[in-house]
Amino acid sequence: MESNIQKNSHSFERSTIDVSLKQKKVTTRKYRKLFVAFGLMFVFTILAFYAVSSDAIANSFALPFIFLLACLQVVLQLFLFMHLDEKGNAFPISFIFTGVVVAAVTVAALMLLIWW
Amino acid sequence: MQTNTELEHANTQTETQTWPQHPEKSTEEARHKVLGFWFFLGGETVLFATLFGTYLGLKGSIHNGPGPLDLFHLDLVFYMTAILLTSSLTSVLAVWAMQRRDYARMQLWFAITVILGLCFLAFEVYEFYAYYHYGLGYTTSAFASSFYTLVGFHGAHVLFGVCWITALMLKARKLGLTTKNAPKFYVASLYWHFIDVVWVFIFTAVYLMGVVG
Repeated sequence: MESNIQKNSHSFERSTIDVSLKQKKVTTRKYRKLFVAFGLMFVFTILAFYAVSSDAIANSFALPFIFLLACLQVVLQLFLFMHLDEKGNAFPISFIFTGVVVAAVTVAALMLLIWW
Repeated sequence: MQTNTELEHANTQTETQTWPQHPEKSTEEARHKVLGFWFFLGGETVLFATLFGTYLGLKGSIHNGPGPLDLFHLDLVFYMTAILLTSSLTSVLAVWAMQRRDYARMQLWFAITVILGLCFLAFEVYEFYAYYHYGLGYTTSAFASSFYTLVGFHGAHVLFGVCWITALMLKARKLGLTTKNAPKFYVASLYWHFIDVVWVFIFTAVYLMGVVG
């Protein structure tokens, strides 16, 4: 009796397996991309902390280096974690990009105003 | 393509029989919600920029109080960074579970996100407590005020995000996952990612640059 049920459910899986095989491939690729991005972000973070805490790396190099790492990490975050790589995101990209441009000008302006 | 549990779930919910591939953009209202939220995030970027600019301009004005080199411990900051980055990953997994209409997994991943957010907040409270007892009050110096304002404002965002996601999770317990609340979860996860984006610049511009000098 039990084996009969198992057989039935097995054949049911067989029939659906062809349909879901393509879907599965897409899904594994999606997950691989996500975990690679996460790994890269983690490595960038470790590199940034190492560049600052290690005596072997000069501060004049470390400063632009950690800034570059931060920018790379944010691009990964925006496009892979916040799904900006999907189609039909022209407006969200233009919104956030405008925000970044105005933000850069704001930071520069405030620093100059205070230092002068 | 639908598994049995998903079909069962669909039957209990009368609203829709088929679950769209992108439930967060399946209705006009949902699309407006997402678009409007990105506009808000653009504004938030500028808001944080004003705080960053103020901090970077004033970080040298330590008056007679302690400065960044006396206060910052990179190991603590690294733990906070790792926690927030991991919570960002779990909220992506939650959104993907939502897109599969896997209600239980979605709630699980969002619960982990919220717990990691609370851990981050606990670290930050400890950090501010330690700095305060080291002699860094809010009005001790221009550095102190701008530091507490920038990092505290980010902390307030984390707290708000934790409350928001928790409220959505509690509300979803009644009806389960619908095309009405799916975009709400999606938008909350966008907010959570944005918190991590801001933190990347905080740990770079405040903590790492503070230690370099």
